[in-house]
Amino acid sequence: MITPIRAELTVTDNVPFGQPVSTPEGERRFYALTLERPEWRSWQPGQFIMLRPLSCEESVWARPMSICRVTSQSLVLFIRVIGPGTDRFSRLKSGDKVIAWGPLGTGFEMRPGTPTLLLARGVGIAPFAGYADMHPDTSSLAMLFGHALPSSSYPIDAMAARMEVESLHDRTPEELEEFHRVMRLRMEEYKERDGICLACGPMPFLKKVWKVANELDLPTQLLLEERMACGTGACLGCSTITSKHWPDPVKAGLPVQTCTSGPVFWARELDLEASIPARRS
Amino acid sequence: MDLRVSLVPGLLDLKNPVLSAAGTFGSGLEYMPYGDIAQLGGIITNGLTLRPCMGSPMPRMAETPAGLLSSVGTQNAGVEYFIREVLPQLPWRDVPIIPNLNANFVDDFSELAGILAAEEGVAALEVNLSCHNDNRSGQRFNQNTVTAARAVSAVKRAAGNKPVIAKLTPQIMDIVEVARAVEAAGADAISCIGKVQGLAVNVRERRAMLGNITGGLSGPAVKPLALRCVWQISHAVDIPVIGVGGIRSALDVLEFLMVGAHAVSVGSASFSDPETIFRIVQELPAMCEEYGISDIGEFRSSMKG
Repeated sequence: MITPIRAELTVTDNVPFGQPVSTPEGERRFYALTLERPEWRSWQPGQFIMLRPLSCEESVWARPMSICRVTSQSLVLFIRVIGPGTDRFSRLKSGDKVIAWGPLGTGFEMRPGTPTLLLARGVGIAPFAGYADMHPDTSSLAMLFGHALPSSSYPIDAMAARMEVESLHDRTPEELEEFHRVMRLRMEEYKERDGICLACGPMPFLKKVWKVANELDLPTQLLLEERMACGTGACLGCSTITSKHWPDPVKAGLPVQTCTSGPVFWARELDLEASIPARRS
Repeated sequence: MDLRVSLVPGLLDLKNPVLSAAGTFGSGLEYMPYGDIAQLGGIITNGLTLRPCMGSPMPRMAETPAGLLSSVGTQNAGVEYFIREVLPQLPWRDVPIIPNLNANFVDDFSELAGILAAEEGVAALEVNLSCHNDNRSGQRFNQNTVTAARAVSAVKRAAGNKPVIAKLTPQIMDIVEVARAVEAAGADAISCIGKVQGLAVNVRERRAMLGNITGGLSGPAVKPLALRCVWQISHAVDIPVIGVGGIRSALDVLEFLMVGAHAVSVGSASFSDPETIFRIVQELPAMCEEYGISDIGEFRSSMKG
């Protein structure tokens, strides 16, 4: 268990990543936000921080951000602007102050020598940059990456320098179907090789991975992204439902917090098809 | 500076007037990496029910202007789990632990109160009167004076000598009438306000932002409403009032004390910065000094007409 710390950090750089892309849902922009390195003793790829601009009176909330990379000097986050919170991050400038607490939650399994398949869609690629940095044996890693926007929007080059990266467009229904076909194929291969699989991306993608992983009985971890208010386990806003395989039988089949029990979970320990019925409020 | 406050002398004495609000601080354990929870005036825990409760469907949270709209639906692992797994880990000898009780039947409130009151580590009980009363077609307990009083009186009878705090929301015809009713039913203190029901929507997706459609509004947006309720209630009842709603700073604490609160609970501000409540406790003496306050008892209710 890594104890999180809360710190005020200085922004050292914030640069747009690739060109803004127009989509039917509006313009998509990406940023690489660099902060001074917090005084963490350790961290694990897959963990996240809660982040909030210091001078932001109207902003009540922090936002959860996957840790992309940690260097000797810096903490790097990869940001896709999707709403007012991430838009505020995009406007941060060098010298601005932020409040951050972390590292939070669980990290990805790292098994040197074990064939490890990294599955990512879209901004889900972010935590794998740090994973590749920390992994002692990147020759055992390979990535399948699906993306709807041009590949220049994502830090693929950094990944391709470290491992074999298979990159597929998944914007149209046909492309998406092909991506799912290749994904299943790769997962079958890694099952045969006694490998493991790690996945990060949007929920519909994770549900696909979850289904195939359980079907093949391939040891697979999923990094869940949920709306969070606190990151500490208190607000109960980011719950996910466990399966009968959850290690603590008392909580099997019940909701657990993604921020503290996750965000990285073993696929077999979750039930991503379960839902909580609506009640009056 | 002496910041001690006695809500119920000998039974609920706080080292300072700053508590955590239910639903915003977990059990307290969640915030131990960020400060010394034993230095707080008290910890009002996340809502508890008799049996484990799944809570509301996702998503449960939406940011709104200066606020947070949420519908968690009292997700919790049940009172037995709390007593067995959580309470022993809390520093209950050093800080009052006040579970927040939720039930849909008066009998369940009573049973829950009895179980918790038997625990040495429990200092007092807070009754969430916004719960739906299934004996009255799901109408909320606090929607009329009779059901509010009935719930409080049931908890009070089962609670032995443990003080009972009634938590009220302003979403009723007359919060003062309900405050008087719960006082008459034996409540030892009142905390207000609970969340106010609201709705946030996404036009592009033609959907509500919350899985449960509606949710409770909290945060700085509700502070003026909370101040008004505390002011009205504290002038109408003789029991102490704990002010809740949008408190983010030591100055906010002084605002609530000035309108009549004996203590305050810090709510969703703990989400936006986990150090908030610890910083408020630390800064309160200097803030009192800055505003010429040497005795918070004398300062209480000092707002001029």
